[in-house]
Amino acid sequence: MNRASLIFAVLLAVLVPLSLLAGRVWIDPFDIAGSGIANAALILAELRLPRAVLAIIIGAGLGAAGAAMQGYLRNPLADPGLFGIAPMAALGAVASFWLGALIPPAWAAWSLPLMALIGAGTGMALLALIAGRTSSDAAGGAGGGIALFTLAGLMIASLAGALTALAITLAPNPFALSEIVMWLNGALTDRSWREVMLAAPLVAAGIAVLALAARSLDALTLGEDAARSMGLNPARLLALLVVGVGLTVGAGVAVAGIIGFVGLVVPHLVRPLTDRLPSSLIGPSALAGACLVLAADSIVRVLPLVTELRLGIALSLIGAPFFGWLLLRMRRGRL
Amino acid sequence: MMLAAENLTLMRDGKPVVASISAALTPGTITAIVGPNGAGKSSLLLGLAGLLDPAAGSVMLDGQALAAFPPRTRAQAIGYLPQTPDIAWDVAVENLVALGRLPWRDRGTAAVEAALGALALEPLRHRPVSQLSGGERARVLLARVLAGEPRWILADEPLAALDLAHQLSLIAHFKACARVGRGGGQGAGQGVVVVLHDLAIAMNHADRVLVLKDGRLIADGLPETALAADVIAQGWSVAARWLGDAGERALVAGKV
Repeated sequence: MNRASLIFAVLLAVLVPLSLLAGRVWIDPFDIAGSGIANAALILAELRLPRAVLAIIIGAGLGAAGAAMQGYLRNPLADPGLFGIAPMAALGAVASFWLGALIPPAWAAWSLPLMALIGAGTGMALLALIAGRTSSDAAGGAGGGIALFTLAGLMIASLAGALTALAITLAPNPFALSEIVMWLNGALTDRSWREVMLAAPLVAAGIAVLALAARSLDALTLGEDAARSMGLNPARLLALLVVGVGLTVGAGVAVAGIIGFVGLVVPHLVRPLTDRLPSSLIGPSALAGACLVLAADSIVRVLPLVTELRLGIALSLIGAPFFGWLLLRMRRGRL
Repeated sequence: MMLAAENLTLMRDGKPVVASISAALTPGTITAIVGPNGAGKSSLLLGLAGLLDPAAGSVMLDGQALAAFPPRTRAQAIGYLPQTPDIAWDVAVENLVALGRLPWRDRGTAAVEAALGALALEPLRHRPVSQLSGGERARVLLARVLAGEPRWILADEPLAALDLAHQLSLIAHFKACARVGRGGGQGAGQGVVVVLHDLAIAMNHADRVLVLKDGRLIADGLPETALAADVIAQGWSVAARWLGDAGERALVAGKV
């Protein structure tokens, strides 16, 4: 475990108990049963604990995916969203609002996350299809492959975004409309162990796949030609990235909606604490992502607002100015 | 330990860039590839490194087709130094050099230390690459290749961005690689293949020169013959003559 992992593991260990106690009602840690709050134990076990675990899972997935994407695109401004998987998962979820009537009642509770996962899977399949085409061009020569692939991801993202917007404008009724719009701005409100069970194995598998890509990402530090000269297999790396990002991001969107900027911001918090190679970044970024999402979700919970601030909105409110600051720093050549 | 192009034809973007070139390269020597812009020098080097698949013909390493080698086995045998020193992350010198061990999947501490030592980089080992001068950076990038202990070093215009003193010092390092065994140890020297623009450096320091024009080999041999005035006239359309004695030649060129 390197220094960055240790720092964020300790931070996470501090944040978890704080997050469990914080909320519309504050729970006294020394007197859970007699704290005067009805069902304090129930609130902990059935509301706050699954919510905290889910925040950790989703944050870890987004952080790891962000670190891997920045390594793959050799660019500190890259974000897992560039693959277009999150918009595809969102499109799947929005479709489930439409198909609601067709789904048997026994499956109704699962329809949204499953449709989101199908959307993410379709996005991954599209990427693989496009990658097959572009890499056959790239196989004969150097360069071009990764840039082309990124543009393909952006194309998928815009297409999914347009179809989602279409689904919103054609919403069957105002209730569905408001539900879709609310859901698109990710949140962890009222999530249960059911969502944890769905997301945990997928995100864990995704992070494991990204970890397999770590050393190949290091090789890319010196550019695509140098990386291939050191034995990098571009097709294998691409497959690992698509599957790893697809699982982590797709599972996150399936249970929490779209949560932006975590994958972009987190690797920047971690990088100065490491040797800056992508392989040193993936593990600590998972921990730091978990910290960030858990902290943000705890804060939106205690803000004295009539309606709880959506987590996705809160993180974008923090993330967008941070992105601007990054751009300024980059102009000054300090990145 | 031979690396050889046999009737090698390479295509890029559907166009032939190297046309049926044959050349068997010798380890323990420095081979320079020269030619006018767009002659196919970099493509030939990529082909020899196994990074550009032959459209026809083949590249052979120890009598086996390079294209059939598993990427990692190939990477252990052939080190490639790209033209643009493009470093994505601001890593410390020693971590960058250690990337050269990736083909071996080990830490290779001894090899990394030997590479740092060979290029006098020990004092800079903790420095981030963004804080290096052009000459230091070129040495670090070469050290990365040396850390992989390849039997062949293929470098694409390694002298391009360097001033005269740094050019000569890098040439001296290449000569040391060719003369001394891998990792500074005993045994046959490494084979060094460099793409060069400066014909005088090729003339004075290479053991053998390949002259390319429009993807074809127009001369191949000892520098004195491969870079004779008539070859330069044919390749670059420039009237030129060599001054000075062997080993210290200077080129004087004027328009045809």
